[in-house]
Amino acid sequence: MNAPSRDRYALAFRLYPYARVPAQSQPAQRHPVVIVGGGPIGMATALDLGRKGTPVLVLDDHEGVGQGSRAICFAKRTLEIADRLGAGQRMRDKGVVWNVGKVFHGAEKVFEFNLQPEDGHKNPAFINLQQPYFEKFFVDEIRAAQNDGAPIEIRGGNAVTGTTVGKDHVRLDIDTPDGPYQIEAEWLIACDGARSAVRDMMGLSFEGRVFEDNFLIADVRMTADFPTERWFWFEPPFKDSGQSALLHKQPDDIWRIDFQLGWDIDREKELRADNVRARVDAMLGEGTEYELEWTSIYTFQCRRMEAFRHGRVLFAGDSAHQVSPFGARGANSGVQDAENLVWKLDLVLRGLAPETLLDSYSEERAYAADENILNSTRATDFLTPKSDISKIFRNAVLELAGAHAFARPLVNSGRLSVPCVYDGLPLNGPDALDGPARTRVGAPCVDAALADGYLLDRLAGDFHVLSINTDAPDIDTVDGIAIHHVALTPLDDPHRMVRDRYLGAAPHAVYLVRPDQHVVARWGSATREDIRAAMRVALGKKG
Amino acid sequence: MALNLDPNIVDPDGFYDELLAAHQGLTRQQSDALNARLILILANHVGNRDVLRAALAAAGKS
Repeated sequence: MNAPSRDRYALAFRLYPYARVPAQSQPAQRHPVVIVGGGPIGMATALDLGRKGTPVLVLDDHEGVGQGSRAICFAKRTLEIADRLGAGQRMRDKGVVWNVGKVFHGAEKVFEFNLQPEDGHKNPAFINLQQPYFEKFFVDEIRAAQNDGAPIEIRGGNAVTGTTVGKDHVRLDIDTPDGPYQIEAEWLIACDGARSAVRDMMGLSFEGRVFEDNFLIADVRMTADFPTERWFWFEPPFKDSGQSALLHKQPDDIWRIDFQLGWDIDREKELRADNVRARVDAMLGEGTEYELEWTSIYTFQCRRMEAFRHGRVLFAGDSAHQVSPFGARGANSGVQDAENLVWKLDLVLRGLAPETLLDSYSEERAYAADENILNSTRATDFLTPKSDISKIFRNAVLELAGAHAFARPLVNSGRLSVPCVYDGLPLNGPDALDGPARTRVGAPCVDAALADGYLLDRLAGDFHVLSINTDAPDIDTVDGIAIHHVALTPLDDPHRMVRDRYLGAAPHAVYLVRPDQHVVARWGSATREDIRAAMRVALGKKG
Repeated sequence: MALNLDPNIVDPDGFYDELLAAHQGLTRQQSDALNARLILILANHVGNRDVLRAALAAAGKS
């Protein structure tokens, strides 16, 4: 192995070994888009841009995907996006689908919930899948796209050590096993995680709330007969298990176990295999056979950057915002960042939209980050009460939840990630339909089973006019940007899902949908001018 | 609906008796827990967020 000695972690899959390129001995070459960081968000961004034909270079300081299951819960919205990018089927095939969660307080089961989504969605509410598989599937899709001519390049073992931000480009200093070189990026996307080096090099702040708590992860491999459910304990009954504990199944007979250890701990001691095993033994019962697959102790903060766009530099995923893990809002929200950013950057690069469209990326995704931080902070406050009285109320909720249904919605072991509705933000057009709230302007489209296939598969990748039980105006482009049409009649909707989810009481409707499947505008019926005006709003050309 | 801060309890002395009786013989910790459960039960019964917010504000002022 020629892995550089500066490696911060060991690899699960060595997918992009360092290879010297001619650019290393040439004057700095300029690239339209450079992505720093080849994690889930960087790779999703690269794949999406490359498939649109926009040249993109990914720099990663490692040579592949790091070990450790890390983000294990992937939400429906992430699977929908992965479907569009080609990786959805492999994620579903490999992932563990789960719907039932049980909540315990001490040894008592307080209640259970079922996430079983309503019918007519192609994807389940959640799958559990180790993060390295997610990353590998996306890199595999990038390789397939490269074979089809997509202009994507990945350079492993390339560490960015310096940034010089110019007006229309960023110059990057890169270190490699063969020494340093420079390149220039017209646009730089920092997907380099919570400890973002790009953010630090630019001296940008990352303020928020620190939670003084340590969580021990133990991934264990066992062929146990536990059901495929999420089990969560408040004040768990097993010895030394801390304030809360979680048991959750992953593929390959791996179980994620989390213990909340508190603040003043000796990390090294707690990570020693015999200490980890003592806790796991107490939880699973003496004599249960298992292997420790991976252990880690993590702390977390809830914080975000003030803005996700700084001139020609864009931040996406954990580099821009960090949340507690409760609710699976980290990787899932990062994938939505990528989804939001790519269509806008692609149009800007093609000269079809003004640069200011990218300010809406920052605005919309910061709004989403605030929602995620709010949810994740509230969950954390419930899980780890910070005062005597908050603990009294927390335990009162848990005591009541066993006997009374009213208290169950107050139990918060993490509100699971759902996509944000961009209510009231500038890219929204008119909401001129008395339609269902869930598909209002700003909302992501809801899937529905059609007579043939699924609705979201029909709305993928570009602007779409969706007309239901009515004719849409004949308009194929606005300002050079293609608009595709999906026209549905009652014959396409035998299960009446489109009617329930998009019409409500309205007899017919026309929706304008963005490339990231958020609703721009909706009407009972629309004119060409309605569509044209709403398109211009969605492109940031209003006023 | 507005928060009702006028007398509304039938037989106020009787209610007050029952409130104290519910705490009879409890430790401080048990009383705190009972109060918390009671607040949650009553809050759910009220339901209306504006009324609850007004009640929180009224309680905070005394």
